[in-house]
Amino acid sequence: MSRRARILALHGGLLAVLFAAQFVLPAYHHGNLARIMVLASYALGYNLLFGYTGLLSLGHALFFAAGMYGMALSMQHLEAAPAPALLAGLAAGIAVSALLGLLALRTAGVAFMIVTLMFAQAGHLTILYFGEWTRGDEGFVIAATRRVLWGIDLADPVSRYFAAWGLFAVCLLSTLWLVRRPFGKVLIAIRENEERVRMLGYDPFLHKLGALVVSGTMSAAAGAVYGLLFGYAGATFASVQYSIFPLLWVLLGGAGTVLGPFVGTLFMFYLIDLASGVTTAYMLIAGVVLVALTLFAPQGLMGEVRRRLWGWLP
Amino acid sequence: MTNPKTGTTRRGALKTLAGGAAGAASLPLWARFSHAQSAEPIRIGFQVHRTGIGAAYGRWYGRTTEAAAKLINDAGGINGRPVEIVAEDDGTDPKRGAEVVEKFATQHNADVAFGTLFSHVVIGSAPRAGELKLPYFVVSEGHHVASGMLNRYTLQPGITDVKSQVKAMAPFVTENLGKKVTLVFPDYAYGHDHRDFFSAAVEAQGGEVLAKLAIPPSETSFTKYFPKIPRETEVLYHVMVGPGVLTFVKELGEFFGGRGPELFGFIDSLEAVAMDSPGLEFLEGSHFWEGMPRHAQPDQSEFDKYYRAQVGVNDRGAAINDPADVSTYGHMFGCWETLYVIKQAMEAAGYRGPQDRASLVEAVEDITVMPHSREHPQGPKVFNGKTHQVFGQQHISRVENGNLVKVHTTSIEDTFYPDEVDYTKRPL
Repeated sequence: MSRRARILALHGGLLAVLFAAQFVLPAYHHGNLARIMVLASYALGYNLLFGYTGLLSLGHALFFAAGMYGMALSMQHLEAAPAPALLAGLAAGIAVSALLGLLALRTAGVAFMIVTLMFAQAGHLTILYFGEWTRGDEGFVIAATRRVLWGIDLADPVSRYFAAWGLFAVCLLSTLWLVRRPFGKVLIAIRENEERVRMLGYDPFLHKLGALVVSGTMSAAAGAVYGLLFGYAGATFASVQYSIFPLLWVLLGGAGTVLGPFVGTLFMFYLIDLASGVTTAYMLIAGVVLVALTLFAPQGLMGEVRRRLWGWLP
Repeated sequence: MTNPKTGTTRRGALKTLAGGAAGAASLPLWARFSHAQSAEPIRIGFQVHRTGIGAAYGRWYGRTTEAAAKLINDAGGINGRPVEIVAEDDGTDPKRGAEVVEKFATQHNADVAFGTLFSHVVIGSAPRAGELKLPYFVVSEGHHVASGMLNRYTLQPGITDVKSQVKAMAPFVTENLGKKVTLVFPDYAYGHDHRDFFSAAVEAQGGEVLAKLAIPPSETSFTKYFPKIPRETEVLYHVMVGPGVLTFVKELGEFFGGRGPELFGFIDSLEAVAMDSPGLEFLEGSHFWEGMPRHAQPDQSEFDKYYRAQVGVNDRGAAINDPADVSTYGHMFGCWETLYVIKQAMEAAGYRGPQDRASLVEAVEDITVMPHSREHPQGPKVFNGKTHQVFGQQHISRVENGNLVKVHTTSIEDTFYPDEVDYTKRPL
């Protein structure tokens, strides 16, 4: 089997399994997986910037929230239908990530982390400040009756699952496509040695800006879809912990692997869910497992798989 | 010939008896309820803030809930079935809150979900409860239920909402403390509710709001805001919450040096904080809203006495076995009362299982009056089935020698406001 065929079989196989799982999973895990697929799309967006381009952002909640609020505010205040509201969410993601990129990419390394963190904090406080419109920390409900896209009721578990699967499939396949295109190769090259990329005649700034906009837009898409599927928009999603989550998911699953974000999100979700059934100190269990994984599988779960088994993993 | 040993000896009989007694005592709960049609427990999903910003409240909500559930079980359960509290931590986070509600409905097979306090968790979780048709009894104080934002399956029958509290407080403030008011509130939804509802209520009383000072939630020092308080202010209305509260009160006291305006605050600021904590001496003489007086009053009802004893709270509102562990007394009665409302409605609806969830919601909507009783130790209440919100008396206490002394109790009617929603018209 050629490398290309293997890659297609593995990633297509995952999508097929997730599609088929819809018909066999019990209700609880069915709902969980829908949520995990949306969050994994967020992680996929994060991975493009962190795992492939080597830029560690601590402010991705800004993009997730931009998508969520772009969608939700246009439904709440402009009476927009779900489809244009989703587009508004995407547009907000593009605009915010382009603006942030133009400013934050003037820095690098630790400074980039701090600048992205500060921008995200500013975004969070902006949502609180305009509480009259956003209902601040409380957030607001998007009524189930309005969450009907092209006649499909997104509050229904089956259609919610398929919508989540659709978003995840688009994000997964576009990441897979992108990292195998010349553009993606340049991103990887920037991660490995930015000076050499510049010497070869590429413009690292433009490539990093492109990566940041694609990453931010993917995160925004996840935010918009999350709000639409689960009927709620709130400032918590713009808080710093929602910037840390995708970093954790990606680190756990394997930075710079296409499947890593999904594996990491799935792992972390069930780790917390199962540990909370055992003890009230479940965050301690989660913490110990994370430390152990970082010590013994520093490249994350899929990173280890690539190192030990499948060297061809993209 | 040897004497055959008899089958029973004294020692053997005692052993058997002791074993039997131990066995009976260790019988699972269901065995004691075997006379019911189904001995399956009624599962009440308890969405609890064990971690995160709501943890202090969560700890006491948990203790109150366990105490009430034990009493209900000791008295025969609900419809002859035992009550089982299935607790899940939501981390005081709306995303996890929604997941927990899903877990109750689809994994734990809980009959209802209950117990959420923080508004953002309620609002994040309620849409899922509505979609899953899981009756969701919140104990939150927020105006979100009565505002019509939520759904037919979300109810608040055990605690009054902030709009009714503020409306009932305003006449006392303008008549006794002063008519020129300055508001200091945290700059997020909870603070905005107070700003809007209290401003309207004060103006309706002929008072005047001189300034509205919003404090950013990330603020750790407050002195720079105090010069913005107009000099002619007669009453300073403060509703700060969170870790900065003690600093806020201390700096406020230092700024005014005991010669400032009258202070009126919500006990929310000081829940789980002892009144004799360092820095709180500045509060001497100031007034607080209390949902239920923390310190036992001279006219303490037998219901309050009973409730304290069952939950394990002393006359100062702290744990009996650890006086440093101060309760969230002004709010946690809501869990106790909500559990009794669930019991009352389940019995009225002849609730058997999840297929009767819709009838359960209707049975709660049919409740109107809740008399002051062991089941409702905070006081008598009136439930509005249309808005899914309960209304009850409010108390104002004055700090005297470090004690919270009740000086005023409103009537239930003082807390009424026009309905903003009729949930009964929404589909079940």
